[in-house]
Amino acid sequence: MAARRSRIPATKYPVERFTLDNGLRVVLTPDRSAPVIGVAVVYDVGIRSEPEGRTGFAHLFEHLMFQGSENLEKLAHFRHVQGAGGTFNGSTHHDYTDYFETLPANALERALFLEADRMRGPRLTEENLRNQVDVVKEEIRVNVLNRPYGGFPWLTLPPVMFDTFPNAHDGYGSFDDLESATVADAADFFRRYYASGNAVLAVSGDIDVAEATELIGRHFGDVPARPAPERPDFGEPDLTAERRQAYTDALAPLPAVASAWRVPDPITDFAGYLPYVVLAEVLTDGDASRLVERLVHRDRTVTSIGGYVGFMGDPFDVRDPTALLLQSHLPPGGDVDKVLRTIDEELDRLATDGLTAGELARTQARMATHLLRDTDAVLGRALRMAVLEQQRGEPGLLNDLPRLVGEVTEEQVRSAAATLRPQRRASIEVIAGGAR
Amino acid sequence: MSVTAPPSPRPLPPLGPNRRLKLPKQAERTLANGLTVIAVRRPAIPLVEVRLWMPAGRTHLARGALLAQTMLSGTQTMTSVQIAAELQAVGGGLSAGIDPDRLMLSGAGLVTGLDRMLEILAEVLTGAAYPGKEVGTERDRLVDRIQVAQSQPAHLARTALLKRIYGRHPYAVQTPEPEQVRAVGPAVLRRLHAERVHPADAVLVLVGDVQPERALDAAEKALGAWTGAGHTAELPPAPPLEPGPLLLVDRPGSVQSSLRVALPAVPRTHPDHAALQLANLVFGGYFSSRWVENIREDKGYTYGPHSLVEHSVAGSVLVAAAEVATEVTAPALLETMYELGRLATLPPKPDELEQARQYALGTLQLGMSTQAGLASLVSAYAGNGLRLDFLAEHAARLAKATADDVAEAAQRYLAPAQAVTVVLGDAERVAPALSALVPVRTEPVGTE
Repeated sequence: MAARRSRIPATKYPVERFTLDNGLRVVLTPDRSAPVIGVAVVYDVGIRSEPEGRTGFAHLFEHLMFQGSENLEKLAHFRHVQGAGGTFNGSTHHDYTDYFETLPANALERALFLEADRMRGPRLTEENLRNQVDVVKEEIRVNVLNRPYGGFPWLTLPPVMFDTFPNAHDGYGSFDDLESATVADAADFFRRYYASGNAVLAVSGDIDVAEATELIGRHFGDVPARPAPERPDFGEPDLTAERRQAYTDALAPLPAVASAWRVPDPITDFAGYLPYVVLAEVLTDGDASRLVERLVHRDRTVTSIGGYVGFMGDPFDVRDPTALLLQSHLPPGGDVDKVLRTIDEELDRLATDGLTAGELARTQARMATHLLRDTDAVLGRALRMAVLEQQRGEPGLLNDLPRLVGEVTEEQVRSAAATLRPQRRASIEVIAGGAR
Repeated sequence: MSVTAPPSPRPLPPLGPNRRLKLPKQAERTLANGLTVIAVRRPAIPLVEVRLWMPAGRTHLARGALLAQTMLSGTQTMTSVQIAAELQAVGGGLSAGIDPDRLMLSGAGLVTGLDRMLEILAEVLTGAAYPGKEVGTERDRLVDRIQVAQSQPAHLARTALLKRIYGRHPYAVQTPEPEQVRAVGPAVLRRLHAERVHPADAVLVLVGDVQPERALDAAEKALGAWTGAGHTAELPPAPPLEPGPLLLVDRPGSVQSSLRVALPAVPRTHPDHAALQLANLVFGGYFSSRWVENIREDKGYTYGPHSLVEHSVAGSVLVAAAEVATEVTAPALLETMYELGRLATLPPKPDELEQARQYALGTLQLGMSTQAGLASLVSAYAGNGLRLDFLAEHAARLAKATADDVAEAAQRYLAPAQAVTVVLGDAERVAPALSALVPVRTEPVGTE
């Protein structure tokens, strides 16, 4: 059967942008297909901005933003969101920190009130700080210390690839650093980074634009104006010699390895960056992808392999420096060197021989499905548009991503593959300390 | 610095009027071969979600697991790579999974590719070949995956809890041992496929940017020729919980303890279900619950405690789960028993109940607001003999449950006297304090 090319569809989510006098940028994207709304506030501060000696602080501070604010006691935020039928959370990334709610549409004003109140200032107390240090330590135990492959590779690979503290350090934080955190540190961090001029508010879903605009003005208009801090340059030179480290994971039953290569600047060179996002999928998306076919099914040298751009798999939410990652779990006694050699060989083959008929088009069609599916949740749109506004001033890019991905050419994918050379590679190997 | 007056408090804005729960447009048809097809319209994005639910009660554990792992590994006319590539070409994908209730094929793709996805689905259902080489590869992968699962504390705690709750019922063991998987070959899989993969009692759900009647036509065209009259095994009802000593599963060196408390529950259609759901929310079923506010926000013992009513075909159970620091394992259990006992013996406050009720009603709306959420909901309902209309019924029951109803349900279902408790952790460090609270029986991890 001839491989017919699927037409890649697009969404047409409308976008309204404006900026309040205090510098808060706002994005509205109405969609009345379901009576629900998404509200997201994104601050332009993340793991990379943590001071030395305060690893994990951006994430700890995210927890403190839920501990009460000017007009809200501790626990009030949770109760007001959930008591309106909604859900909430927050998360800390390398370049930003987000706070968000999904709610029935009748809770719009309440959600705006809650976000504005903590933007004016959280209640930072010794008691809440100690409580949340304990909670964060349990979070780290669940996700890193008490399980196999904890932090692999998002915490264990950056220190191999990068040399400077902002890019290399453990974003979850050491227990020592977390325990040393003070209320004064938190107040400083808030003053510096949680400024109205450093934030974006996005509201999506079942809203009337005029009404939402009025309510946003009412609740956020008198948040004191503070400018965004200057964002440092976190750039680092590319690798010129291969780097590789290994560690023993006492709980891991099988070996694993992850490799990363630097990619072009996602913001200033988006056109140069996109082919790498596509390349990761060509290599690893499903049983018909090159590396799965070769390593999993033909050679049987790995049990699973995945590829993605961004250490958190967030290709459209990161700034430079970032990387394309390939991570594999191996069968018992598996040979990591052989796996890395085979990956090199396949990358060479792709760069030299190009793609097979239909290979790129089908990968792009599948990527379109993933991109569209992510935007179906009202919150997915609010979050993504907020970050696109913050990092690019271009929230409407969300509508264009499936098409732009579809326009990446075979030549661009080949050229991208050609840059993934061993001497530019940083790898981290997990030695199975729990093998039986 | 000048002294300024404290800002006057700002009032919390009230909620707007509640929007009525509106069910999407849908259609249903039972094909001549016995397959039920349900199509639901949600046109927000140009995609379609596919869920095929096939009853799988009493399927041999290791064979069932490997069947799901290899179902998409090739047919008479297509290799595994061709299947994956053809699905990708229409932006699609399929995956197979099995549990003690059902075998499920699920996926999503561009709506323009619906016909092609259904054709490939039919090809797999009628012609899955279980080629020897692929079965060998997937068998090794499954064994590797089981070994990784067996190193995860959450999996080990779940395994111990299921065995403790279900005894000799088929739900008691849900993950095969590696050696059982190694014994399964292609011929056995082909036979199992012939026996258990058939359209009678199966339900196909399609949700997305479709006209429901036309989607039913497409399903009929692609899957009408799927035949086969294998058997369907009835699951016996799940046994009642048998309270007893706390089961402490020893995992030396563990820096946290996995605390699991099982309590009785009722199916979705039971008259007590809405009140039980509300009681569970007040106890520990959402963040703003007594248990979470106590052991996380007050005491800092844990990160993500949660409590959930789990529905299966043969019965329902309520499970409260928390990963707590090793040194506070016993105090965490004490607070858990305290919060259960408090709710089982004293009625909830009116504002607590209203908050839980709003949450339950609101999250119904949220769950229906995506194609994927709607598809999973419709499929889970259909697998248990319900239709989407049930959502409106359930919402009405949630809306009218009284404080007395909830107090009664709490006494009946949340009483700590009926709890079955399992803790996975470092026994040497946690046993002495736990034994000060309740009788404890200790087992090594992975005991048969």
